[in-house]
Amino acid sequence: MTVDKPIRVVLAKPGLDGHDQGAKVVARAMLDAGFDVHYTGLRQTPQQVVDAALRADADVIALSSMAGSHLPFCTRLKPLLEAAGLGGRLWVIGGNLPKQDHDSLRALGFKGVFQSGSRLDDICDFIKANRP
Amino acid sequence: MKHDDQLRQVPQLRPVRNESGIPIQALYTGSDVEASGGLGLLGVPGAYPFTRGIHALMYRKQPFTMRQYTGFGNAADTNRRFKFLIDNGQTGLNVAFDLPTQCGLDSDDPLADGEIGRVGMAVDTLRDFEIAFDGIDLDKITVSLTINGAAPTLIAMYLALAEKRGFDLKRLRGTAQNDILKEYVGRGTWVFPVLPSIRLVGDTIEYCAEHAPKYSPVSVCGYHMRESGATPTQEMAWAFCIARAYADEVIKRGVPVDEFAGRLSYNFNIFGNLFEQVAKFRAGRSLWAKIMKEQYHAQQPGSMWLRMIAGGGGGGLTLEQPENNIVRGAYYALIAALSGAQTMALCCYDEAYTIPSEYAQRLSLRTMQLLVEEMGLAETVDPLGGSYYIETLTNQMRAEMERIIAQTDAAGGIVKLIAEGTIQSRVSAQAYRMQRAIESGAFPKVGVNRYRSESEADPKVEMHPYRADDARAQIASLQQVRIARDGAAVTRALERVESDARRGVNVMGSVVAAVKAYASVGEITQRLVGVFGRYVEPVRFDHREEEAIA
Repeated sequence: MTVDKPIRVVLAKPGLDGHDQGAKVVARAMLDAGFDVHYTGLRQTPQQVVDAALRADADVIALSSMAGSHLPFCTRLKPLLEAAGLGGRLWVIGGNLPKQDHDSLRALGFKGVFQSGSRLDDICDFIKANRP
Repeated sequence: MKHDDQLRQVPQLRPVRNESGIPIQALYTGSDVEASGGLGLLGVPGAYPFTRGIHALMYRKQPFTMRQYTGFGNAADTNRRFKFLIDNGQTGLNVAFDLPTQCGLDSDDPLADGEIGRVGMAVDTLRDFEIAFDGIDLDKITVSLTINGAAPTLIAMYLALAEKRGFDLKRLRGTAQNDILKEYVGRGTWVFPVLPSIRLVGDTIEYCAEHAPKYSPVSVCGYHMRESGATPTQEMAWAFCIARAYADEVIKRGVPVDEFAGRLSYNFNIFGNLFEQVAKFRAGRSLWAKIMKEQYHAQQPGSMWLRMIAGGGGGGLTLEQPENNIVRGAYYALIAALSGAQTMALCCYDEAYTIPSEYAQRLSLRTMQLLVEEMGLAETVDPLGGSYYIETLTNQMRAEMERIIAQTDAAGGIVKLIAEGTIQSRVSAQAYRMQRAIESGAFPKVGVNRYRSESEADPKVEMHPYRADDARAQIASLQQVRIARDGAAVTRALERVESDARRGVNVMGSVVAAVKAYASVGEITQRLVGVFGRYVEPVRFDHREEEAIA
């Protein structure tokens, strides 16, 4: 019998946004789904997200953004993740993400884009189905 | 009993307990009021214990202040929106600052990149305040500053602005949120570690008590703890614990309670079950009065008043079918009016999507005006007083709040529980359970797990534009201020801020002097960080500790 290694997720709050209720709820859902969750806390710079992902050897890099700075942040994060050799990992983002930005986020490499109101199980199932 | 037996056979469509965990009956009678403790704490409005209202005539004398939360872009953008709201009958201002300002960063700080002017107005120096409040009569329109981590600097700017405009500070009214303890639980715009942050709150209260005695330097927020997952009784009980922590800080400096307690104010949330919310406010008013009288030996009635803004309701609004939020907002406003709030603000229907449009802001304002002008809410004090249900629930909610306060104290007190992350873990566990209950349909949300339409057209929401040019202009304007000001005077002022912070002297005098010299938010914060350090967030997802403060 083979036992799957738990999926390692770095869940980060990018930028200055302090709304962490959603991120913490998602973290709890991931813990219940058996993931190994590394929650960074607030105020992460792009470099700090990369460092956390390297430290945890994360399979998944997940961001929670509620205050509208997702596009500039992700634009800065993408090359840093790629330079750190994390381009092949699964990148997902959730939060207050206007619909018109979803295509741009996908184009930046965020395979999973979860608008507020997404179901917790849908997020976890997506990660299970798309883990690298 | 026969009536109860019949009712038991009716299938329950709603949970039989309210969110505070209190069982809800299908019918209340006088015997329920008696069983819950009777009407001993009811009293009359304007007299201890103030259950029915802090003033005898309440809205008959003065309707609640209408104070929509507003701010975006730069000071000039925000000034235009302020004037739009005032022209539409708004009676107070509630300023939203952008995240760099809230976190004590200047607009040219690398960490501010992409965030300048996004969720509020960007403020770097006193120059921005001069523009933001240009042409607004600060005597007629009271201003509330939603600022916490950077509160000493922003309060100082407001006082400096008022002084510059020739105001007698002894007569200046207004409010700052300045409740740092709740920022660690929700909202997250902290800067310094817990203990120095409490000291800074103490500095602002002490300074205002002496120099601007009508200014409210703190608005203790149950609001954001509720948004983060607290129940309504936890919201109010923990807010009282936090207010006591600030009061203790000031009293230990030798300031008598009656010299500052009258200017403490509160900010509470209004979403949820209407009756539970109204009972929460009535219960809280008498409990706070009791705490101030019995534990703090306050003599002045004003020191015992639960003065509050009741508003927002963001946690109850939904992204789905956003127009439903217009209706929710109207009910929430009704709750606040029935509860005797001094000030009201409403989250706008489009706020789950964007910075509210003028259209949405005006609709929220009209919602409040309708209650006063057409619905009779300003005519009679505490109109639900005497209802068997409301009086029973008020007694039960008060008892539950007292239980939570006693348990919090027994577990080491609110400061310890927040510093170690226990409260944060507790509310996030509750938020998680609530989210699961919404997803399963166990907790009803219309348009979300009831009456949902999957084929819905995109909602008609006007997205607020973010203009990167404005951010560049803000940085340019900060640089101009830096060139124009007396650099040596700024340096001297900042050194005094730092040395006062280090010596344990009240920093407010030196911060006021620094902002008058056009020192920036970031420069002042940086000096304080040099002395106090930065807060490091405890990250905890445990379930065990919940029991300790259930």
